[in-house]
Amino acid sequence: MKILILGAGQVGSTVAESLVGEANDITVVDSDGDKLRQLQERLDLRTLTGNAAHPSVLEQAGIADADMLLAVTQSDEVNLVACKLAATLYNTPTRIARIRATDYLERPEVFSADNFCVDFSICPEQILTEYIVKLIEFPEALQVQRFSQGKAALAAVRAIEGGPLVGKPLSFLRTHMPQIETRVAAIFRKDGPLIPEGNTVIEEGDEIFFIAATGNIRSVLNEMHRMDKPNKRVMIVGGGNIGRRLAKTLENDYQVKLIEHNKKSCERLAGELTNTLVLNGDGTDEKLMQQEHIDEIDVFCALTNDDENNIMSSLLAKQGGARKVIALINRSAYVDLLQGGKIDIALSPAQVTIGSLLAYVRQGDVVAVHSLRRGAAEALELVVHGDRLSSRVAGRLIGEIDLPKGATIGAIVRGDQVIMGHRDVLIEAEDHVIVFVINKAMVKKVEKLFQVSVGFF
Amino acid sequence: MRRALTVIHALGLMLVVFSVAYVIPVATALIYADGTLLLDFLLAMVWTVAAGVLMWMLTRRHKGELSIRHGYLLVVTMWTAMPVFATIPLLLVIPDLSFTDAYFETMSGMTTTGATVLTGLDTLPPAINIWRHELNWLGGLGIIVLAVAVLPLLGIGGRQLFKAETPGPMKESALTPRIADTARSLWVVYVAITLACIGALKWAGMDWLDAVCHAFSAMGLGGFSTHDASVGYFNSPLIEFVMIVFMLLAVLNFSTHFLALRAKSLRVYLHDAEAVASLVLILSSCFGIAFFLWWNDVYPEFLTALRHASFNLVSIATSSGYASVDYAQWPIFAPLWMMFLTAIAASSGSTGGGIKMMRTLVLVKQAGREFLRLLHPAVVNPMKIGGHVVPNSIVFAVLGFIFLYFMTIVTLTFVLLISGMDFISAFTAVLASVNNCGPGLGTVGPASNYQGLTDFQTWVCTFGMLVGRLEIFTVLILFTPHFWRR
Repeated sequence: MKILILGAGQVGSTVAESLVGEANDITVVDSDGDKLRQLQERLDLRTLTGNAAHPSVLEQAGIADADMLLAVTQSDEVNLVACKLAATLYNTPTRIARIRATDYLERPEVFSADNFCVDFSICPEQILTEYIVKLIEFPEALQVQRFSQGKAALAAVRAIEGGPLVGKPLSFLRTHMPQIETRVAAIFRKDGPLIPEGNTVIEEGDEIFFIAATGNIRSVLNEMHRMDKPNKRVMIVGGGNIGRRLAKTLENDYQVKLIEHNKKSCERLAGELTNTLVLNGDGTDEKLMQQEHIDEIDVFCALTNDDENNIMSSLLAKQGGARKVIALINRSAYVDLLQGGKIDIALSPAQVTIGSLLAYVRQGDVVAVHSLRRGAAEALELVVHGDRLSSRVAGRLIGEIDLPKGATIGAIVRGDQVIMGHRDVLIEAEDHVIVFVINKAMVKKVEKLFQVSVGFF
Repeated sequence: MRRALTVIHALGLMLVVFSVAYVIPVATALIYADGTLLLDFLLAMVWTVAAGVLMWMLTRRHKGELSIRHGYLLVVTMWTAMPVFATIPLLLVIPDLSFTDAYFETMSGMTTTGATVLTGLDTLPPAINIWRHELNWLGGLGIIVLAVAVLPLLGIGGRQLFKAETPGPMKESALTPRIADTARSLWVVYVAITLACIGALKWAGMDWLDAVCHAFSAMGLGGFSTHDASVGYFNSPLIEFVMIVFMLLAVLNFSTHFLALRAKSLRVYLHDAEAVASLVLILSSCFGIAFFLWWNDVYPEFLTALRHASFNLVSIATSSGYASVDYAQWPIFAPLWMMFLTAIAASSGSTGGGIKMMRTLVLVKQAGREFLRLLHPAVVNPMKIGGHVVPNSIVFAVLGFIFLYFMTIVTLTFVLLISGMDFISAFTAVLASVNNCGPGLGTVGPASNYQGLTDFQTWVCTFGMLVGRLEIFTVLILFTPHFWRR
C-alpha cells in the first residue's frame, strides 16, 4: 500500500516505523528537515520537506496515487486542510487526521464529506488518557484494553503472592469460579512467552493476559492478585495535554493533585479545572512531594514531556511511599529497562496510541489493534465474513482453524454476547474475533487467514 | 479648574433632562385639579431648566471629551445637584420645612434610601407624594445604568468584575455607543417591571395613586410610602406578598432580567451566581427568622410569624425599608440580622445598596483561598466565580472597597456618637444610610423616623447615603490630592 504520512513527530515517526515493517511504501512530509533526516537514516522510506497543507508539496510527495493519507502533524488545522485537499483534488481513498481540539471533536459534521472529508479522526492524547483512566480504575492491572465498544476486555496482571490462583494450575480457575467466563490468553514468565495450557501452573511474578466480559474483569483480577483497596488519591506531574485531560476526567471521582512547573500554565489549568488542586512546583522536588503527602497517594502519574524527569519523579514518588507509580516514557529503550522495577507501569505513548491507527491501515476487517508488551505482542479484533467455502474461519469450530503457532483466539463477541474461545465454539459470519498474538511477526498470517477468498465477491 | 468647568457643562445638560421628571407631578396636579401645586411644580421646572441652560451656556467654551476623572466628578455632582433642585417643590409646598430636612428627603429619594423626616404623609398633597416616590424610582433607574454601564469603566472597588460577569450584550468594554444601547435595554426592562408592579398592586387592592407610588418606591428599593404606618396601613397579606415578589425582582441584576426576557427562559437566573446566592440567603433567612419569632412566642402562630418576618425581612434585606409592624420590638437578633442582610444581599446592577452580593462572594472565596494556601503552600488557585477566573487585581480592589466601607461606617458612627446619639441608634442610622436601606433601630426605628435628628446629624446621614450609593470610592476619590493634580 502507498501511504503518505504528514508530520514526523512522535506519532508520525512511530506509525512510519510500524508500517515500514509491514511492506508498505511510505512517504513522510514535514517542515523540519532535520527530523526527516533522522527518520530516513533509521528507516527505509521517502521523505519530503515542506508545508503539508500545500497542494504542490502534496503532489510532490505523490499523493496522486497514494492509497491512504495519514495527517498527523501538530496542527489540527493543517491536518484538516490536507484531508480536504486530498479528497477534492486527488481523490485519495482513505484520509485519517489527528485532531486534538475537543471543539472540533464535539462537532462530527466538521469531518463529513461535505466539509473536511476526514474518514477517521484520532486523538492520541485522548487515547492515552483513557488508557491511564482504566489503569487507575483497576489498580491491580498492568494494562486494560477494550474490544467491541467495551463489551469485552483484555487485562494484564502480575501474579503476586497471596492471590488465590497463584501456585495453582490454570484449570483451577474454572473450578474456583464456575460462574465467570474467562480465558487466559498468554503468560509471560521472565520475559518469555508461554502458551497457556490447562495444567500450566501460575508462578509468582508471572505476567498474565486474560480476556473476559468487561464486567467480570474485576473478579478475575482478584484471583491473581490480592484485592488492592480502590484508588482515591491521584497525583499528576505535568500539566500538558495529557495531564490536563487526565485531571479533567478524574477530578470528579478522585482527589486529584496536579504539579506543573510553569506558573502561567498553572494559572490556565487552575482556571479550567474545578476540583483539582493545582500546585506550582517541580515534579522532582521531593520537599514538595512530602508537603503534599506523597505517602498517601494511591496513583502517581509522571506525564511531562521529558522522559528523564518522569523517571526521576516516579522513582522519588515510589521512594516517598506512593502506592503505584506510572511514568510516561517515550524512548522504548527506557521502557524495557524500567517496567516491573521500581516503576510499576512504564507507559510508551506511541505503543498505546498506535493501535487505533494501525487498525485503519491493516487489511482485512480489523476493528482494533492493541500493542501489548511494548509492541512485542498484539491483540487484534477481526470481523469474520463469508461462509465455510469462501472463508477459512467462518462456519468452522475454533479447534479446526489453522491458526499459526503462538496465536490464540481469546473470545468472540456475537451481538451483545461475549463467548470464550474454547475449541468447540462454532464461528459464524459477522462475529468479532479477538485474537492474541504473542509474536508480532505472525500478525500478517492471522490477517490473511481472516481475509475472504476472491470467490466470495 | 478647567476640568470642573467641562463637568459643569455636562451637568447643565443633565439638569435640563432631569427637569422632564416634573411632568409626572404636574400631570398629577392636573388630575387632582390642584392649581397652586401645578404652579409650584411648573415654577420648579422652570428654575431647573433655567439653571441648567445657564450652566451649559456659560461653560460652552469648555465643551470637551469626558475622561475618566471627569466621570467621577460628574457622577458625584449629579447626585448632589439633582436633589438640590428636587427640593424646590417641597420647600414651596410644605411650610416650616428647613433646607436641611428637604435636602435629606430628596437625597434619601435619589439614593433610594427611603428614610424620611416628614410626618403626616397621609395628608400630603398627591403631587408631592408622587414626586417623592418618583425620586426613588429615578434614583433606582440612575443607579442601574450607573452600576452596569458607567461605574465598571471607572473600575471602582472591583466593579469591573460585575461587567465581566454580565453575559451577552454588556460584555463590551467600549465606552461609547454600547453604553447607550445597554442603558436603553435596561430602561425598557425597568419600566416594564414597574408597569407590571403597578398593575399587580392595583389588583391587590390599592388605589391608583398608592399603586403607582408604591410601585415606584418598590422598584427603586427606596421604601418611601404614602402612609405614616408604611405598608402596615393596608394590613393586607396579598399586598405584602405582591410587594415581596417585586422587591425580590428589583434586588436582582437587571441585566439578568434583560437576558431572561430576551431568552424567555428562567434558566438564565440559575447561571447568575449572585442571584442564586441572594435569593437563597434571603428566603432561608425568612424561614429562619419566622421560626425564631414563633419559638420566642412573639407570634403565637407560625404562619403569622412567617408573614411578618417575610415582609419586613425582605423589605430590609433588599434595602427598601418598608415596615408592616414595629419589628424593632422583636428580640434584637432578628432586626440586627435583617440589617446585616442589607449590607450584603443586593446583587450588583440592582437598585439595592450595600457591599453587594458579588463582593461578598469574592470575600468568602478569598477566605477559602487563604485556608487552602496555608495547607498547600505551592497551590495555584485563582478565584473563580461562575466558572470565570477573577484576576487578583480585582480581588484587591474588592478588599480595598470593603476596608473603606467598614471605615466609613465606623467613622460616621463615631461622628454621630460625638453628636450625642445613643449607640444603637447611631450605629443603625449609619448602617441604614450607607446601605441605602432607610429605617434603623432605636430613635430612627421603623415606628419613628429621622425627624428627631439635629441638623448636624441629618447632614451626616445625608452624606452617608451619598457615599454608600456611589460606591464610596467615587465620592472619596474627590478628596484625594492626586485627583486634582495634573
